[in-house]
Amino acid sequence: MKDQNPPVEVHDLTVSYQKKPVLWDVDFSIPESKLIAVVGPNGAGKSTLIKAIMGLLPSVSGHVLIYGKPLDVQRKRIAYVPQRETVDWDFPINVRELVTMGRYAHLKIFQRPSSDDKERVERALEEVGMSAYAERQISQLSGGQQQRVFLARALVQDADIYFMDEPFAGVDAATESAILDLLRDLRLKGKTVIVVHHDLQTVSDYFDWVMLLNLRLVAFGPMETTFTKENLQKAYGGQLNILSQVLELTRKKEFIREPGHE
Amino acid sequence: MATFWIILTGSLAAAACALVGSFLVLRKQAMLSDAISHAVLPGIAIAFLLTASRNTVPMLLGAGAFGLLTVYLTEKLSQGRIMSDAAMGIVFTTLFAIGVIIVNLFAGQVDIDQDCILYGEIAYVPWDRWFYAGIDLGPRPVWILSFVLLLNLAFVISCYKELKIYAFDKNLAISMGIPVGIIHYALMGTVSFSTIAAFESVGAILVVALLIVPPATAYILTEKLHVMLLLAVFFGVSSAISGYYFAWWTNSSIAGAIAVMTGIFFALAFAYTKWIKSKTQKELKEAQIGQSVILETTSN
Amino acid sequence: MSELLADFFLLRDPNVRWVLAGTVLLGLSAGAMGCFAVLRKRALVGDAVAHAVLPGVCLAFIVAGDKDPLVLLLGSVIFGWISIVLMDYLIRESKISADTSIGMILSVFFGLGVVLLTYIQSSGNVNQSGLDAFLFGSAASMLPEDVMVFGLVSLLVIIAIILLYKELKLVSFDPAYATVIGYPMKRMEVVIGTLLVVTITAGLQAVGVVLMASMLIIPAAAARYWTDSLWVMLVVAASVGVMAAISGTFISYSAPSMPTGPWMVVAAAVLFTLSYLFAPKHGEVRRWLSLKKDREKIGWENILKTLYHLEEQDKNTERARTRNEILKKRRVQPEELKKSLQKLCKMNFVSRLPGEPESYLLTALGRERAERIVRVHRLWELYLTERLNIAGDHVHDDAESMEHLITPEIEQQLAVLLGEPTSDPHQSAIPYRHSDKGGDV
Repeated sequence: MKDQNPPVEVHDLTVSYQKKPVLWDVDFSIPESKLIAVVGPNGAGKSTLIKAIMGLLPSVSGHVLIYGKPLDVQRKRIAYVPQRETVDWDFPINVRELVTMGRYAHLKIFQRPSSDDKERVERALEEVGMSAYAERQISQLSGGQQQRVFLARALVQDADIYFMDEPFAGVDAATESAILDLLRDLRLKGKTVIVVHHDLQTVSDYFDWVMLLNLRLVAFGPMETTFTKENLQKAYGGQLNILSQVLELTRKKEFIREPGHE
Repeated sequence: MATFWIILTGSLAAAACALVGSFLVLRKQAMLSDAISHAVLPGIAIAFLLTASRNTVPMLLGAGAFGLLTVYLTEKLSQGRIMSDAAMGIVFTTLFAIGVIIVNLFAGQVDIDQDCILYGEIAYVPWDRWFYAGIDLGPRPVWILSFVLLLNLAFVISCYKELKIYAFDKNLAISMGIPVGIIHYALMGTVSFSTIAAFESVGAILVVALLIVPPATAYILTEKLHVMLLLAVFFGVSSAISGYYFAWWTNSSIAGAIAVMTGIFFALAFAYTKWIKSKTQKELKEAQIGQSVILETTSN
Repeated sequence: MSELLADFFLLRDPNVRWVLAGTVLLGLSAGAMGCFAVLRKRALVGDAVAHAVLPGVCLAFIVAGDKDPLVLLLGSVIFGWISIVLMDYLIRESKISADTSIGMILSVFFGLGVVLLTYIQSSGNVNQSGLDAFLFGSAASMLPEDVMVFGLVSLLVIIAIILLYKELKLVSFDPAYATVIGYPMKRMEVVIGTLLVVTITAGLQAVGVVLMASMLIIPAAAARYWTDSLWVMLVVAASVGVMAAISGTFISYSAPSMPTGPWMVVAAAVLFTLSYLFAPKHGEVRRWLSLKKDREKIGWENILKTLYHLEEQDKNTERARTRNEILKKRRVQPEELKKSLQKLCKMNFVSRLPGEPESYLLTALGRERAERIVRVHRLWELYLTERLNIAGDHVHDDAESMEHLITPEIEQQLAVLLGEPTSDPHQSAIPYRHSDKGGDV
C-alpha cells in the first residue's frame, strides 16, 4: 500500500516511573488497518505503553518508529483519545470548541480555523451524535457524551493511527455501540486503532488483534491465536509473583514519599 | 548582650516554626503557612488599634480570629467554581491588603508600620522589655517565643505517633480511629501561634521561610520522621545564627538574611543529595540489571 | 472631594492621564493573563514569581545606579524567570512537592530582596528614595517614562494573548493532547512563563510585588462566575482588572501617602464578592433562590399528592377537604400548608370552597398533576424492587424525593422498561393519563 513500513514499530522499549520500572523491554510491530486491543491487569503498564509511544513519557531505553520514521516528524499522523479524567471538565469551553482543537494539529501558529476546518468539526459532531450539544459547556455532559466528544476531536485530526485510552470505561450502552461503530468505520478507511481495554469479555468481539501486557509483552497477535487461556493465565496469573514482589520492595524503599504523592 | 538576645529570638522562632512546619511540608500544605501569615495582619492591626498597646493576648485573639476566617472562606469559596489554590490566593491577599490599609490609615495610633510587616523588628528585640511588678524580666518576644516553642514541643511529643500516621497517610489514620479532625486543627492552631509569635520578629513573608525551608531541607536528607524534625530544628537555628552575622556583615535586614540562609542551607543539602545520587548511579544500574535477570527467569 | 473627582476623571492633570493609561493597561493584561494562570491551577505560582522579582529589581538598581525603568524591567524579568525555572527544577528533581517549592522560592527570594533593599537603604544612595514603592506600589510616583515602558509591556502582553489565543486555550486545557499533536510544548512553556513574568513586572510600580499576584487571581476568579466561555471570561477579567486599577489609582492620587496596591486589591475583592453573590447563573443569591423555589415546589407537590391520596382512600373525588383533614394525613407546618395551598389555588390546581372552615378540592388539572407525581413515585418504587432487588419496605423514602426530580423522559423510559405496570410493590394502583388508558372520567 502507500507505506511499506508498519504503522508502529516498538523496539526494546523500557519505561520507568521515578525509578520504578513500569514496562520492560517491550518489542513489537503493529500491522496496518487493524483494531488492536491492549489488555492486562491493573498496573500492567497499558496506558504507560501508549503514552510512551506518543512521547508523553520519557523512556529509559528503546525507540519507536511511526511508519518507519521517528515520532517527531510523524505527529500529524497520530490521534489520541486520552482517559476522560485527565482534563478539567469545568474548563470554560463548549463542545464545539473542544472538538475544534483536533484541527489545531493542522493549523500553524496564529492561524485561525478555516471554514473547511469548521465543516469537518460539524461532520465529526454529527458522526458521534453530538451535534445537538455543540453549544453546551463541557461540564454539562454525561460520561458517555464526554467520551464521544473526545472521539470527535480525534476524528477531525484526520490521522492514520489512533491511540485510545480506555474509551469504553464508564460509558452507557448506547455510547459503547456508537464507539464500536466508529472504530469499525475507521478500520474500513484503512486506519490503525490501538485501544487500551479493560473488559476481557468483549475483547474478542470488538477487536482483530490483541496485545497482552503485564510489565512486559506477554503475547501479541491475531485474536484467534493469541487470546488463549494459556496467554491470559500468563498475563493475569501468578507467574509474575516474584517480579511483582521485587518491584514492591523497590517501592517500599521510598516509604516516606508515598503519601498522596500523585 | 543585644546580639545574644537577637540570636536567641531568631533561634527560638526558627525552632518553633521548624517543628510544626515539618508537618505542613509532609502534608503538602506548605502554602497554608503563607496564607495564615498574611491573613493575620488585619487581626493584629485591629488589636493594636483597640487596645493601643502591644498586649499579647488581644493580638493573639485578633490574629486567631482572622486565621480561622481565612480557613473558613477558603473552604467556602473552593466549594464553588474556583480551585482551592485560587480561593486561598484571593482570601489571604485581600485580608493582607486590608491589614496594610488599616496600618496606613491609622499610622499615628498603630505602633506598626509597613517595614515591620515585611521585615519584622528583630533588631529592636533587646529593647522590648517585659516588666513584671517593676522587675525587668528580659525581652518580651523571648518569653513569648519560648512559650510557643514549649507548646509545640509538648504537642509534637505527646501526639508523635498520631502525627506520624496523619502525615504519612490521612486515610490510614482515619481507618485506625485516630481523631484526624482534632489533630488537624491542633496542628493548624500551633502553626497559627508560631506564625503570630514569629511575625513580630521576622515579618509576614519571611515567617514562611522559617516554616517551610528548614523542614524541606531536612525532608530531602532523611526518610525518618524524628530525624527530620531534629534536622529541621538544626537548620532553622543555624540559619538564624548565620543570618544574624550575614546581616551584620552586609548591614541589611536580619530577617531577610535569615531567610536567605535557610535557602543556602537548602541549596547545600540539595547539592549533597545530588552528589550522593550520582555516586550511587552505577550501583543502581547494576541493581536494575539484577532485576532484569529475575524478570527473564520468571517469564520463562 | 468633587473637585478631586473631576480633576481625576476629566483627566485635567496631564500626570493623571499618564498614570491612568499605565494602570488601565496593567489591569487589562493582568486580568487576561490571570485567567490562564488560574485555569492552569498555577494561581500561587504567580504569587511566588511576583515576590521573587524583588531581588532582580534591587540588583538592577545597584548595577545601574538609578531607577531607569528599562533596567529594572530587565532585572525583574531575569529573576522572575530564574524563579520559574527553579520551581520546576525542584519539583522534577527532588521529592519536594509543588506547594512546598512554591513557598520556598517565594520566601527565600523575597528574603534576598529585603536584604538587598535594606542594603541599598543603609548604603545611603540618594536615588534610592522610592525604591520601596515597589513593595506595595505607588501610582502617584509613576513618571511618564515609567508608564511608557510598563504600559508598553502590558500592551504587548495583551497583543500576545490575542494572537496566541488558540494555542493558550489548548495548552491550558489539555497539555498532553497538545504534545501528541506536535505542539512545541517547551517553547509554549517559555512563552507562557515570559508572559506571566512580564505581566507581573508591569505591575511593579502600580501594585508592588507583595500584592501583584492578586491582580492576576482575583479578576479571573470573579470572571469565572459570569461565564462558561473562555473569551468572555478573558474580557470580564480584564474589565474587573481595569475597574480595580482605576479605583486604586484614584485613591492613591487623592491621598499620595497611601500605597496603591492594597487599594487595588480591595477594589478587586469587592468586585469579586459582588460576582460571587450576584452573578446571574452561578452566583450564590441565584443558587439560594433556586434552592428555595425547589423546596417550595416539593412542598406544594406533596400537598397535591396528599389530596389525591385522600380521594383515593375513600374513592370520592367530589368531597372537599379542610386543612385539618390534610394535616391529619400529612405532617407539615400549618403555616407552610397555608402557603402551599395558596400557591396551588393560584396555579389552578386546587379550588378553594368557602365555608367555616374553608375546604379544598382538586381541580381536573390538579388531579392530572397529582396523578403524575403518584405515578412516578410508584413506578420508581417498582423499579427499585424489581430491577435493583431492594426490599419493598426500603423504597418509599427514596421515591419520596425522586418523585419531584424525575423528568417526563425518564418517566416514559421507566414505564416502558417495566411494561406499563398497573400496581406498585405495595399493591396500590399506578394511575395513568386517562387519555392513554381510556379510563372513566
